[in-house]
Amino acid sequence: MARTIVPFGPQHPVLPEPIHLSLTVEDEIVKEAVPALGYVHRGLEKLADIRDYNQMIQIVERVCGICSMIHALCYCQGIEEMMKVEVTPRAKYLRTIWSELHRIHSHLLWLGLYADAFGFESLFMQFWRIRERIMDINEATTGNRVIVSVNVIGGTRRDLTPEQCAWILSELNDVEKQFRELQNTMLNDYSVKKRTVGVGVLTKEQAFELGAAGPMLRASGVAQDMRQLGYAAYKDLGFEPIVETAGDCYARGKVRFRETLQAIELVRKAIAGLPEGETAVKVKGRPSGEVISRVEQPRGECFYYIKANGGKNLERLRIRTPTFANIPPLAVVLPGTELADVPVIVLSIDPCISCTER
Amino acid sequence: MEDKTIPVTLETVVAEVTKIKAEGSRLITMTCVDIDEANMELLYHFDKDLKDHHLRMKIAKGQPVPSISPVYFAAFLIENEIEDHFGVKFDGLVLDFGGTLYLEEEVMRTPFCKYGVTRTDGAAGGEAKAASAETA
Repeated sequence: MARTIVPFGPQHPVLPEPIHLSLTVEDEIVKEAVPALGYVHRGLEKLADIRDYNQMIQIVERVCGICSMIHALCYCQGIEEMMKVEVTPRAKYLRTIWSELHRIHSHLLWLGLYADAFGFESLFMQFWRIRERIMDINEATTGNRVIVSVNVIGGTRRDLTPEQCAWILSELNDVEKQFRELQNTMLNDYSVKKRTVGVGVLTKEQAFELGAAGPMLRASGVAQDMRQLGYAAYKDLGFEPIVETAGDCYARGKVRFRETLQAIELVRKAIAGLPEGETAVKVKGRPSGEVISRVEQPRGECFYYIKANGGKNLERLRIRTPTFANIPPLAVVLPGTELADVPVIVLSIDPCISCTER
Repeated sequence: MEDKTIPVTLETVVAEVTKIKAEGSRLITMTCVDIDEANMELLYHFDKDLKDHHLRMKIAKGQPVPSISPVYFAAFLIENEIEDHFGVKFDGLVLDFGGTLYLEEEVMRTPFCKYGVTRTDGAAGGEAKAASAETA
């Protein structure tokens, strides 16, 4: 049969954000996939020319709403390293708590979208119903559901009271109970497995060579997670990455499912060990030099290169987000798969296009 | 960062990247920095066992750079992005968008340059050249 080019996106029912894939198909088998970007590019890195280094915290939070907290953390850690600022232990723990809350709500958002992609609408609704509890925690403790804006250079600008900590723990107990009730469906249901097992396989060698990041990398058997670097309070919390080996869509789902439970446990540990003290230190002067800052977002490794020359504006801010890293692996995984599986495979990388195009 | 950075040149960059890959490092990304009216800098960032290390290459504006995408396929997207943002041309790109990854073909500016680099013939196949203090 002759080859046909099928446009996938930029508007598609499974895509929350616009990305275009030009799929060359033959007998409904994908032979080639060429990505096209540029539908929502905002040039946020360039704003470093006109916004000072403190204002850039609010800019980087808007790279991605779903992991705004972790973008700001990555940026602040970089500036703090450059300015030789030692953040207080309490601020490190608070940053960890809000980071893991972001990971939980991001994974729940994805699990819902993923269920919707393979046609399991009631499962989608269940995950999103649970997610609302985390959004409530964000709103109650930071004043906002998504862009929480708690980071400042030198620590955090908000604190958690003992009552709030107790309430978060109580909410997380409910969240975990309800989440575990979906475990059997998500991991053992016949229709879920039928749509995901053996689909879109990325081998360990491919994942490593193609620079895959996050659950996409760990689902292929590579035990790499930036939290192993021990930034914020992770060094104290005994973190170990979640790894699966099959490298298919099912494994990616399983990694995120297990990471959600792990994140709940990390929040509990961080609250239990929350040190007393100030939430921020005063910072004087302006940044100068070059640093690399790396953290683990829900979608994988986030990389910041920051260059400053002692002025109020940065000389260069470079942001590499995990979805950007996962597009080349996606272009390699799609050839050889059935056209009907493309939406599930695309969703399996947890595409965040606003991150990718910044 | 400086203590983990090795300087390379246009002649040695591909060989150095090939060696780094053979040693088991993962390409994280590349960074382009606009230095002044005539020069840019390319940084190549790698990771091995959670430790980052880097290559640094100074280039003249308008100077084509050898692509590392034949070595690391993932570099094709990064190099295409740098071409859109800074007008740097990469020789031997495995998948070349010709400066239209983000931009339209008729765009004549390179929006991330502080010191005004423009294309001579639009995005498609356009060569970058230094221009006087024109900003996007």
